[in-house]
Amino acid sequence: MKLTLTIWRQKGPDSKGKFVSYPMDNVNPEMSMLECLDVLNESLAERGEEPVAFEHDCREGICGSCGFMISGVAHGPQPATTVCQLTMRHFKDGEELVLEPWRSRAFPFVKDLVVDRRAFDRIIESGGYISVSTGNAPDGNAIPVGKEESDRAMDAAACIGCGACVAACPNGSAALFTGAKIAHLGILPQGQPERDRRAVRMVAQMHEEGFGSCTNIGECTGVCPKEIPLEVIARMNRDYLGGAWRERKNVVTTIAPVSDWDFAKK
Amino acid sequence: MSSAVASPRDNRAPGFWGSTNGKKAVMAVTGCILFLFIIGHLLGNLQIFESAARLNAYGRLLHNLGELLWIIRGVLLLCVVLHIWATFQLWSRNREARPVGYKVKKSVASSYADRTMYWSGPIVLAFVIFHLLEFTAGTIHPESRFIPGDVYHNVVAGFSVWWVSAWYIFSLILLGMHLRHGLWSMFQSLGLNHPRHTPVLKQAALWIAILITAGYISIPVSVLAGWVR
Ligand code: HEM
Ligand code: SF4
Ligand code: FES
Repeated sequence: MKLTLTIWRQKGPDSKGKFVSYPMDNVNPEMSMLECLDVLNESLAERGEEPVAFEHDCREGICGSCGFMISGVAHGPQPATTVCQLTMRHFKDGEELVLEPWRSRAFPFVKDLVVDRRAFDRIIESGGYISVSTGNAPDGNAIPVGKEESDRAMDAAACIGCGACVAACPNGSAALFTGAKIAHLGILPQGQPERDRRAVRMVAQMHEEGFGSCTNIGECTGVCPKEIPLEVIARMNRDYLGGAWRERKNVVTTIAPVSDWDFAKK
Repeated sequence: MSSAVASPRDNRAPGFWGSTNGKKAVMAVTGCILFLFIIGHLLGNLQIFESAARLNAYGRLLHNLGELLWIIRGVLLLCVVLHIWATFQLWSRNREARPVGYKVKKSVASSYADRTMYWSGPIVLAFVIFHLLEFTAGTIHPESRFIPGDVYHNVVAGFSVWWVSAWYIFSLILLGMHLRHGLWSMFQSLGLNHPRHTPVLKQAALWIAILITAGYISIPVSVLAGWVR
C-alpha cells in the first residue's frame, strides 16, 4: 500500500524544526508503525540523510518506550494499542499520516519524535514504592488479598509509563499516570503504611514537573494503550485529599526537574 | 551528550491550594453550593406561572430575610470568587503546560460540553453580572422601566425585549452544558468514582442539566409567546 508520512524533523531542542513529507510506495500492511519507520530510515540512510529518531525497545507493547502522535491521536487510531503494535492495515491506501512528538512542557524535546519522559521517573521515585524488609522471601499468601482488589491493583499496574495520556490531554495533565501509580499500590494491603505520604509526595512532584490540571474529560483513557480507567484519578484525589489533611508535617521534598539534552550546543 | 543542568524553577512543594488537585476539590465544593443555589432560584422563579402576586410575595419574602439574605449572598459571593480564582490559575497553568501545540489534534473520548468548561464558565459569569444589574439592582433595564419591588412587572418587561431573552436563553444553555459535565466531575474531583455508579451519575447529570435549562428558559419563552403578561 501507499502512504505519505509527514514527520516532525528537529535536530535538537534548540534548533528549528519542520514537517517533512516522505511518500512511501511499498508499505506492507502487516508491518507495524515502527517497522514502517525502520523501512523509511533505511531508505534515508541509503540516500545519506539523517534517519528519523524515535524511541522503542520491546516492540510488543509492554515497555512503554514507544509513542508519538499519528494524525492527532496518541499511538494512532487503534484503541488500546501502542505504535509498536499498530499494524499498517488499519490505515487507508494513499492516506497521509502526520507524526508528531508528545508535546508537553514537562517532557523536554530531544530529537524528531523523541521527548524526555524522566518526569515520570521522578514522580515514581517520589512515592511509587512500598517499604519491605529484605532477607528471606516472605511466605506466599501470608497477607491475604481479595481477588477483586488484586485485579484492580493489577489493572492499574498495567500502566507502562508511555506518556500518551499527557500527550492527549488538552491540559497536559499527568493525572492518569500518577493516578495509576498511586492506585496500584494504594489498593493493596502492602501499600497501606505509606498511602497518605505516597499521594501527597507524588502529587507534589507531579506539580513540580509543570504538568497541567485534570478536567476529568477522559481524553487520556481514550488513548491509553493499557486502558487505565478514570477511576484511578478519583483514587488519587481521594488519597491526596485525605493525605493532605492527615499529614502532620507540611513539608514535602520534591526533586528539581533536570533537562540535559542539548545537542545543538554541542 | 549531556551536562546536567538543574532547573531554574523554584522547588517549593505545593500546599493544598497550591496543588491542582486541591484547587479542583475547592471548585467541586463551591460548584456544588452554586448548583444548590441554581435549584433554589429556579423553584422560586417558577412561581411566576402561579400569579403575579405570588412571585412578588416571594420577592418580598427574600428581602425581608434581612441579615440572613446578606449571609446567603456572602456565601454565594465567596463561592463565585473561589471558583473563578481557581479557574484562572488552572487555566494559566494548563496553557503553560503545552508551550508548543500540535499541527493535528483530534478528540477521541470527550464531549463538546466536557471540553468547553473554560468557555461556558466565563460566559455564565458575564451573564450573572448582567442578570444582577438587570433584575436585582435595576441599573440596566433596556427599553423598559424598572419598578423596585414589582418583580413580576420587571421580569415581563425585561423579557419582552427579544435580545434580552435571546442572551438569557443562550447563557442558560451554556450553564446547562457546564452542569452536564460539572455535576459528575465534582464527584470525581472529590475522589468518588465507581464503575457501577458513575455511569448512572453521568446520565443523571445530563437529565438534571436539561431540566434546569428547560425550567429557566420556560420563563422568557412564555413571555415572548405572550403566555405570561
Ligand atoms: C452559576 C454557577 C456555576 C455553577 C453551578 C458551577 C458549577 C461547577 C461545577 C459543579 C464544576 C465541576 C467541578 C469539578 O470538576 O470538580 C465546575 C467546573 C468549572 N467551572 Fe463552574 N460553575 C458555575 C460558574 C462558573 C463560572 C462563573 C466560571 C468561570 C468564570 C466557572 C468555571 C468553571 C471551570 C473552568 C470549570 C472546570 C474546572 C476544571 O475541570 O478544571 N464556573 N463548575
Ligand atoms: S496511564 Fe496509559 S497512557 Fe498514561 S502512561 Fe500509563 S499506559 Fe501510558
Ligand atoms: S516498544 Fe515497548 S511498548 Fe512499544
